[in-house]
Amino acid sequence: MASIAQTQFRAAAGPHSSAAGVAASEPAVVRWVLIGVAVAFLAIFLFLPLAVVFRTAFQKGIEFYFQAFRDPDTQAAIRLTLLAAGIAVPLNVVFGVAAAWLIGKFEFFGKSLLITLIDLPFSVSPVVAGLIFVLLFGLQGLLGPWLIAHGIRIVFALPGIVLATIFVTFPFVARELLPMIQSQGNEEEEAALTLGASGWQTFFRVTLPNVKWALIYGVILCNARAMGEFGAVSVVSGHIRGLTDTMPLHIEILYNDYQFVAAFAVASLLALLALATLVVKSIAEWKAAQQFAAQSAADPERSL
Amino acid sequence: MKFVLKRRSILPGFGLSLGFTVFYLCLIVLIPLSAIFIKTSTLSWHQFWHVVLSRRALASYRLSFGASLIAASINMIFGVLVAWVLVRYDFPLKRLFDSVIDLPFALPTAVAGIALTTIYAPNGWLGHPLAALGIKAAYTAFGVTIALTFIGLPFVVRTVQPVLEDLDKELEEAAASLGARRWQTFLRVLLPTILPAALTGFAMAFARAVGEYGSVIFIAGNMPMRTEITPLLIITKLQEYDYAGATAIAVAMLVVSFLLLLPINLLQRWSGSRTEREPDPIEAL
Amino acid sequence: MSISVRGIRKKFGQFQALDDIDLEIPDGQLVALLGPSGSGKTTLLRIIAGLEFADCGTVQFDGKDISAQSARDRQVGFVFQHYALFRHMTVFENIAFGLRVRPRALRPSEPEIRDKVNELLALIQLKNQARRYPSQLSGGQRQRVALARALAVEPAVLLLDEPFGSLDAKVRQELRHWLRQLHDEVHITSVFVTHDQEEALEVADLVAVMNEGHIEQVGSPEEVYNRPATPFVFNFLGNVNIFHGRVDDGKAYIQETDTGNLAFVRPHLLEITRQPNGANHFRATTTHINSAGPVVKVDAITEWGAPVHVEISQERFQALRLAKNELVFLTPRDIAVFGKERAS
Repeated sequence: MASIAQTQFRAAAGPHSSAAGVAASEPAVVRWVLIGVAVAFLAIFLFLPLAVVFRTAFQKGIEFYFQAFRDPDTQAAIRLTLLAAGIAVPLNVVFGVAAAWLIGKFEFFGKSLLITLIDLPFSVSPVVAGLIFVLLFGLQGLLGPWLIAHGIRIVFALPGIVLATIFVTFPFVARELLPMIQSQGNEEEEAALTLGASGWQTFFRVTLPNVKWALIYGVILCNARAMGEFGAVSVVSGHIRGLTDTMPLHIEILYNDYQFVAAFAVASLLALLALATLVVKSIAEWKAAQQFAAQSAADPERSL
Repeated sequence: MKFVLKRRSILPGFGLSLGFTVFYLCLIVLIPLSAIFIKTSTLSWHQFWHVVLSRRALASYRLSFGASLIAASINMIFGVLVAWVLVRYDFPLKRLFDSVIDLPFALPTAVAGIALTTIYAPNGWLGHPLAALGIKAAYTAFGVTIALTFIGLPFVVRTVQPVLEDLDKELEEAAASLGARRWQTFLRVLLPTILPAALTGFAMAFARAVGEYGSVIFIAGNMPMRTEITPLLIITKLQEYDYAGATAIAVAMLVVSFLLLLPINLLQRWSGSRTEREPDPIEAL
Repeated sequence: MSISVRGIRKKFGQFQALDDIDLEIPDGQLVALLGPSGSGKTTLLRIIAGLEFADCGTVQFDGKDISAQSARDRQVGFVFQHYALFRHMTVFENIAFGLRVRPRALRPSEPEIRDKVNELLALIQLKNQARRYPSQLSGGQRQRVALARALAVEPAVLLLDEPFGSLDAKVRQELRHWLRQLHDEVHITSVFVTHDQEEALEVADLVAVMNEGHIEQVGSPEEVYNRPATPFVFNFLGNVNIFHGRVDDGKAYIQETDTGNLAFVRPHLLEITRQPNGANHFRATTTHINSAGPVVKVDAITEWGAPVHVEISQERFQALRLAKNELVFLTPRDIAVFGKERAS
């Protein structure tokens, strides 16, 4: 997954790799065929699904579309999703920032292991992710009896959903921040320290503003993934309609009930969120590229 | 904590960030993960293999891994193509297409699932013409493959793009000046350079596809032995309260995932070293 | 604030960056740490600043051991080689930074901060650039901002790491003079690192020549140039011809054959004559003459086949009417032999 930091290097490399000399280029026919195939591929696989979401949602008209959101179960699902994301995302942001600072600024033993662990959720199936929490906190789970004895419900309730969501989405903020922090070096922080700034002052006044857009994108992406998480939450929540249904789970219920318009109406909200995420990414990349271009144009000797 | 640091640093916060990071990881990742292995240990080896190698499980592996393999391959071929087109050519709305590539990453899997099913169902936009040709898309392995292609799409494109952008135009011009035709240059000069990145993307797309659930279960049909993916099998066992069985299969999947992580990391390092710039001899003077 | 460095050692992995360094820096002096890359000069500077920690040894400010203090507590002003300006802050905010992060009790009021920053902006002649961002400034301007930022907190010691390294020759010259003038006004104890010997000799009160983690010689610019203590210093500062040599009765001679000692002669201390004039001369044939410049540079080969480089004034060159492939006599006016005895 390309991070913002990768893009700033791409932008710098841009000019010399695009426009070709005649000798090292394809005939125009070949070029347009390739473009055509690529565009067709993207249109079929990406644009079509987006289009069908909005088309089906509005199939029966605007009134029907808004009707879908008046259903109390749907509203409960939306509330639950917002709540779960509202807890999971800030926690993951704190983690992501701490991990990016740790890995980006220090050399220590076990660093590679740490990085691998942070990447772990990407290689674990979401269903397995949900399963591990059920095994730990479920009725037959390791801590099950203890939890029942104390009347605490984790699985089939909000805490379980939050935990599963955290598990699946915690790498995102770290992965966006880390390359940015690594590529910016330590000099500004050292300068701040010599000028008398404390650790926290240095972090908030010097480090954070420099990675602002990578952080924003990381948060938005983490949020989109948190609100859209399906597999892990599916296992952990128990599908109790009106109580432990998040938006994606509710979409499944509506769809299986053949309430297509309602299902796609809810889906359209999440699709809009996804589009907003892409827009933020574009802005963040643009800003990073701008900054990089200004930096390197003014200081060509400085290598990153 | 200090002895863990390789070099004493004047930057503050090592202890705090290390402590918090490790704490969080243990709580969220390590302890829950260990639950799986603890649970599995309650099974005897015989029971374990009985579940993991049951006919139903094997059928699900065939589907999950097989479809993932095909989907990742499609993504590798088209991913390289798309990356090439985006880096080398200019055409209207190019920036729009470039931004949309990340859609499968940001879009919830359930939304993708129902959207794809609607498109490829017998009365859908693409399902209808395909049915006229006698091809059934939804509720078959074919549909599963389509869904897995969707979610793996960004991986190859985004790993190959930076490599292509870093490519020195001079390499191709040198080849051309030595008499190579355009396709020869592509095969002999360009392809070897982007191959590591493409393989990395392939491995990542494959790993993601194997575990995928949300985008697939709507379009899959979910009939045991025929169109049941492995994650669904796990859920079914859970619903039957066969925790042990579900865990056994999950362990099998986890092991495979870890085995996949290793070559991915190696590939990434290999492709990283290949694209490292050679030191400029003039600069060294 | 005087600085005293005793017994400093620093290793990076297998590489010994600094090996038993002792250095005294008197209060109010402008000192240059001069040496090639890898000599350890930047490492030493950073250890004095508190940005690195030595493996052993002490650093004292005015006799007080501050080796354990972090950079933050040492109150040093540090100017980085690549400026390290805060890229998202304006010039004004950069300079004000050190004052704004002070704990509440010690922090001046905003108007006071504004006055101080404006004062410094006037000093560095960038009053009109206060609202600009670092990326909008030239290299020389950025360097001045970095300096002003370091001075804003009124440090007791000013440390500069290759401050003019990445600038054009002309800008470098100007800033060199400017730094010297600034120091004469402000009299802050300053240490700067450079690999440019011309810069060190021109600007500094005291020069410490470093090589491979050792200090070769410490002295005034005049001392280190005219009375170099080691072959390395001789070779590093200015051009030098190296021959085999010997010492007889306290007098130094150039020898054709290998004696195990080396004789060093500066190019401008070789006299060229058409006729032999007294003892201690040798023959050479001119091979190349470069007469474009304030001094004329003559390359020649000695009678025993060694290359020699001579610098003479334009008048002398005109008087001799020197040309290529001519036989001449060279008389060294000052030879330093290293090995056994130092002789003049």
